[in-house]
Amino acid sequence: MSHEVHARLEGVTRVYPAVAGNPPVHALGPIDLDLRKGEFFSIVGPSGCGKSTCMDVLAGLAAPTEGNVWFEDKRVHGNVPDGIGAVFQEDASFPWLTVEDNAAFGLRRAGVDAAEIRRRVDYALGFVGLKDFAKAYPAQLSGGMRQRVCIARTLVLQPRLILLDEPFGALDAQTRLLMGDELLKLWRETGATVLLITHALDEAAMLSDRIGAMSARPGRFLETVETGWSRDRDSRMLEGETFGHITGRLWQMLRSESQRAMGHEGGVA
Amino acid sequence: MNRLTLIRLGVIVAFFGLLEILCRTGVISPFTMIPPSEMAIELWALIVSGEVARGMRQTLGNVAVACILAITVGFAVGAGVHALPRLRRALDPFLTTYYAVPFFVFYPLLVFIFGMNNFPMIMIGFLFAVVAMIINTLNGLDKIPRVYRKVARMHHMGRAKTALLIELPYAIPNLFTGVKLAVAYSFIGVIAAEFILAPGGLGYAISFAYDNFDNETMYALMLFILVLVTIINMSLHAYEQRLLRRQGR
Amino acid sequence: MAGTQTAYSRKDHERAERLRYFGDVALVIVGIVVVWQILHMLAGDVAISSPLATAIRAGELLGSASFWPHAAETAKALVYALIIALLIGIGVGTWLGAHKLSGAVAEPILVALYSLPKITLYPLILLVFGLGIEAKIAFGAIHGVIPVTIFTMNAVKNINRVFLRSARVMKLTAMQTATRILLPATMPEIVSGLRVGFSLTLLGVVIGELFSSHRGMGFLVMRAIGLHDVSTMMAVTLILAVAAVAISSILLYIDNRLHRRV
Ligand SMILES: Nc1ncnc2c1ncn2[C@@H]1O[C@H](COP(=O)(O)OP(=O)(O)OP(=O)(O)O)[C@@H](O)[C@H]1O
Ligand SMILES: [Mg+2]
Repeated sequence: MSHEVHARLEGVTRVYPAVAGNPPVHALGPIDLDLRKGEFFSIVGPSGCGKSTCMDVLAGLAAPTEGNVWFEDKRVHGNVPDGIGAVFQEDASFPWLTVEDNAAFGLRRAGVDAAEIRRRVDYALGFVGLKDFAKAYPAQLSGGMRQRVCIARTLVLQPRLILLDEPFGALDAQTRLLMGDELLKLWRETGATVLLITHALDEAAMLSDRIGAMSARPGRFLETVETGWSRDRDSRMLEGETFGHITGRLWQMLRSESQRAMGHEGGVA
Repeated sequence: MNRLTLIRLGVIVAFFGLLEILCRTGVISPFTMIPPSEMAIELWALIVSGEVARGMRQTLGNVAVACILAITVGFAVGAGVHALPRLRRALDPFLTTYYAVPFFVFYPLLVFIFGMNNFPMIMIGFLFAVVAMIINTLNGLDKIPRVYRKVARMHHMGRAKTALLIELPYAIPNLFTGVKLAVAYSFIGVIAAEFILAPGGLGYAISFAYDNFDNETMYALMLFILVLVTIINMSLHAYEQRLLRRQGR
Repeated sequence: MAGTQTAYSRKDHERAERLRYFGDVALVIVGIVVVWQILHMLAGDVAISSPLATAIRAGELLGSASFWPHAAETAKALVYALIIALLIGIGVGTWLGAHKLSGAVAEPILVALYSLPKITLYPLILLVFGLGIEAKIAFGAIHGVIPVTIFTMNAVKNINRVFLRSARVMKLTAMQTATRILLPATMPEIVSGLRVGFSLTLLGVVIGELFSSHRGMGFLVMRAIGLHDVSTMMAVTLILAVAAVAISSILLYIDNRLHRRV
């Protein structure tokens, strides 16, 4: 695998300014991160540690308070660069559009011709398993299906870096695994770099080349774990021995952090 | 038709039936009120003679202008104020107490300034309706989750594009509450203005009939306005329900 | 120690914020007066009296003996109308809220009634009650009763059933349940209804006074118009508006307090 750097965070911190009498919140960092071109990187960490904030900074949705963000050798500083696609933690499907119109949204904005839109939307809906619901409105779908609509809407734009913030949060464990397989397939086919934020350690262990474990807020990388999987992996490795080692290692690191995030200071066992 | 609608219809029919009986038996004197059936007959005669149409054209024309103005201006102002949180906070107490001011006291003043024509009536209808639209626009825009603005930025959309392609469609079901109120309030405003002082229109026709002890015409026109406004409001309500059902909100 | 320090700075911050807010509100008021002044300069004394002249005239009115009977008439009509609207609205609203079917049947009818131009019914009121204060009271009450009913109905409908069950567990009497549980639980919504009801009742009373009446603030406005006395007309309007906004602000304050508590 090449080690060309695709995106880089350099000493990045993010402090949310004080609002309405609340003190400022130091949400993230300082963190350093090199995303290698074409790799599958996951971030795991306790709730509220700054994972979503990290994604916002990387996508250019929020400027870092300190430090620098680079994507494809250009400085991202609160400006969304071309070639990044993001699926957010919250449901962001457009309730006034059908599933297929949702998926086509970005392409229509970019003025892509109708035949090409058709082709890409069909492919993306097939990929997320929503072909039969192309004409449905999001209100008629479950939470997990709506999240998949958002994934399709991002995929059609063929981003070179895909950011996914707990995209499978609303799915049951089995569908999660299958979506994970699909995601791996997509990753292999497109060659895109993927940054996945998740709170499921097994998901991170199964999907990723590398996993960054984050501390409680303000989030910092405690350690980065290399899984050493081959590119054509899938959910069947859940049965293997290495898998248990990786999740065990992650939990060892995160247990006390999670307790800290919950306010149980002395609970380190 | 479901059971509730049937009962509701029954209640309304019973109400008018009771009125009819009370009027027919003389419990309510004919100088106070005429039986609903006679109102309907009289109304039919007025419709046939074209008298209703004349008044209605003027009233509906004024209502339409007032309410279109209120909806567009109300939306524009609402969207503008929404973008300026500090101004919005300062305006909030004025918006919430706005309807405590009995607006019709301005009407004589407006007639005085602009003369006895359609303009003061439109103004009153507009003033009465516009703030409902502003308030509901603000509410509608408030309800848009932050993540939609992130999506807009991921698609490199500017301020205007975001407003038009994301915020507006998302807020439409909520804005519709404002539209419904704007329609109802422009009706109330225009008809009340016609009633107090006007050169024509349905409200004027009623107050003219009242001054001339012409109970038949008066009650027929009252019935007409009640039915007309109810039909308009019901249609808007039905349309809103369809909108809401499709988007499941 | 760091904790106390942030607490202090937080308090300062809140104070600064509140100061800025009141400053902004004052600016809005100044803005309204400036617009008024500009309109006055455009339209001239015959159409719009200046803010200053209006305020002076309002002061004169408030100091004159002949003004107060009219103000008292309007206030009296308003108070009676509000009492009637509240009694009927809370009574009917409670029934509609407690009895599911009645509520479901009545709700669309209430909403339809709310958006009717009730002014068309005024001649009927005049025919029934004559030209005195009763007509104004009735007309005001008709305006106010519907929002009070709707708010009460929703408040009663949405009462947490657990409260009622706990009342039974604690063996409260019906009276105790009403005063200790139902009233406090529905109070915030009823005050909201009262606030909206107040505005509409006042509207009803004033419309009544604009149209064939011989007393009250609305009558003063109409008489001033007849005499082409612009500054009096605007002064009465100003007094009415300021009083209405003041009362409504007090109700709004109570409303917000009650809602925050729940
Ligand atoms: N817009 C904001 N304004 C102020 N503080 C914020 C804002 N967004 C997040 N925060 C704070 O920043 C911290 C990190 O938030 P973030 O959403 O990045 O956490 P997260 O790791 O994604 O959590 P989760 O796993 O629960 O999604 C939190 O403590 C939160 O309170
Ligand atoms: Mg998050």
